[in-house]
Amino acid sequence: MKKRSKSNVPVYIVCIILALLSILPFWIMIVNSTRSTPEIQQHAISLIPSTHIDNNIQVLNGKTFNPFTGFINSLIISTGATILAIYFSTLTAYALFAYRWKLRQPFFTLILAVMMIPTQVVSIGFYQFMYQIGMTNNFLALILPSIAAPMTVFFMRQYMMSSLNLDIVASARIDGAGEFRIFNGIVLPIMKPAMATQAIFTYVTSWNSLFLPMILLTRKENYTMPIMVSLLKGDIYKTEYGAVYLALTLSVLPLLIVYFILSKHIIAGVALGSVKE
Amino acid sequence: MLQKSKALKSVSYAKYGYYFSIPFIVAFLIFMLYPTIFTAILGFTDFKGVATTTYHFLKEPFANFASILQNKTFLNALANTVIIWLMNFIPQLGLAMLLTAWFTSSRRRIRGQGAFKVMFYLPNIITAATVAVLFAAIFGYPVGPVNDLIKTFGGEAFYFTNDALAAKLIVAFIQFWMWYGYTTIILISGVLGINPELFEAAEIDGASSAQTFWRVTIPCLRNIMIFTLITSLIGGLNMFDIPKLFIWNGGPANATMTTSVFIYSQAFSGTYLYNTAAAASMIMFVIIALLSGLIFFLMRDRYEVRLRKAARRARREMLRARKEAHA
Repeated sequence: MKKRSKSNVPVYIVCIILALLSILPFWIMIVNSTRSTPEIQQHAISLIPSTHIDNNIQVLNGKTFNPFTGFINSLIISTGATILAIYFSTLTAYALFAYRWKLRQPFFTLILAVMMIPTQVVSIGFYQFMYQIGMTNNFLALILPSIAAPMTVFFMRQYMMSSLNLDIVASARIDGAGEFRIFNGIVLPIMKPAMATQAIFTYVTSWNSLFLPMILLTRKENYTMPIMVSLLKGDIYKTEYGAVYLALTLSVLPLLIVYFILSKHIIAGVALGSVKE
Repeated sequence: MLQKSKALKSVSYAKYGYYFSIPFIVAFLIFMLYPTIFTAILGFTDFKGVATTTYHFLKEPFANFASILQNKTFLNALANTVIIWLMNFIPQLGLAMLLTAWFTSSRRRIRGQGAFKVMFYLPNIITAATVAVLFAAIFGYPVGPVNDLIKTFGGEAFYFTNDALAAKLIVAFIQFWMWYGYTTIILISGVLGINPELFEAAEIDGASSAQTFWRVTIPCLRNIMIFTLITSLIGGLNMFDIPKLFIWNGGPANATMTTSVFIYSQAFSGTYLYNTAAAASMIMFVIIALLSGLIFFLMRDRYEVRLRKAARRARREMLRARKEAHA
């Protein structure tokens, strides 16, 4: 038998190149956010930070890009959307899992059928509807729709099938607990791991989304972080290289920090998503 | 309500199934179903212009759809969307399969897989808008990191965003770069879910690692790969953030104009042609609905297969029990 006939060196080389490819753009971004525009004009690529971050902050402050406003707005929308999506998806999944009702199967079929349909393709009707009822520039227009998150319901139901034992529910019923209280007091705590995983992905998706916020939020004070980033394509930033890089860095710094803290759970969550049985 | 004796226990609780589904159903009706119907309706009207609230149905109901299907910009955008998706998905799946083969090989035992996965997945979590603007800066002309490198090695600065093919390739590359890590993790976890006995049997039969990969691993991953393919295609058909923000107006000769960018510019950037934008949206909706129908049938089939298996097993056991009773 030929063992170790193949060297692993090429594998590691490819993997390290790919890892560098993932890091390098962000490294350049962070380094350039500390460099002055003349420095960048001379050599746009540098791995060593410079000392002009204060100046770049000042340039940024005088313009439309407002990282603080964008951050707060994104925080409100993403937090609201995540809480609603997670709570109501778990509740809906519980309705599908724990009770035998006549329309249960048709309802689940509906969820499967619409799971993949992105809201973006019906944005024209959504926008006009929101315009008619005066909900443009209202964060609720971006938060409330997440009550119906078919994908999350599907995932929660999968998790319940593997981890939620209805005997516990039955014994709580004997103790006289109401159905809603059983859900909040017993089912939710059991669902915590799945809720945490789904919360991360819902949060990131909501934080990163651009299309719907961009058409719904037209007032500057309502702009989310991605809309703020889109402003950087404007002419006033054409020559402010350092400031643009700084703005980009500010827009993703929270994400980068969260990612490296939670990376283990996130990777595990992505892997779980594939076990669609 | 009918009180049937056989379902006595479940009848008293069944209503909670309805109660707990109400929030989802209400939100679904208001925020998903109604906008879908409304978009479809607008596609048959003359609804356009800023701040208009009235509209009339067209005399020729399909006029908007006909004009969109003859609109060169839309057809070009549709072609771009598919081409950019293909340019990203084929290498993406290839690389993901290669990495999967490496990472799951029992003979290679690659170390540091966890760290590599964290690195490969990183671009996926970062705001696409930021990634697009960042790459626009990186490929900037005349000063940008890439052109800086080219000049350092004695080349001449290249105007990437002014070249149709280069712009398309970069947009496809960004998509590839953002998604190959995701696909790799999905495929690896798919391989880990395969019954290990299959691999043991292959090893006992003396299969080489290449044979094992092509004859055992890939066939077992078929469903996961189809799922990845269709979800990626649906995502690709909605591609907006990267092409929109990498080059603002569809790029040189509209090379990076995707259907979503087209719909956005029809409706929301000055022309307010909501009716044709709605018609274009509905065309995309139908394409996506067909694709997601495909996923739906694939997944339903798997349920049915399992149900059928369970039913067969139950029948067999019943027969055996009956035989034993007779004997």
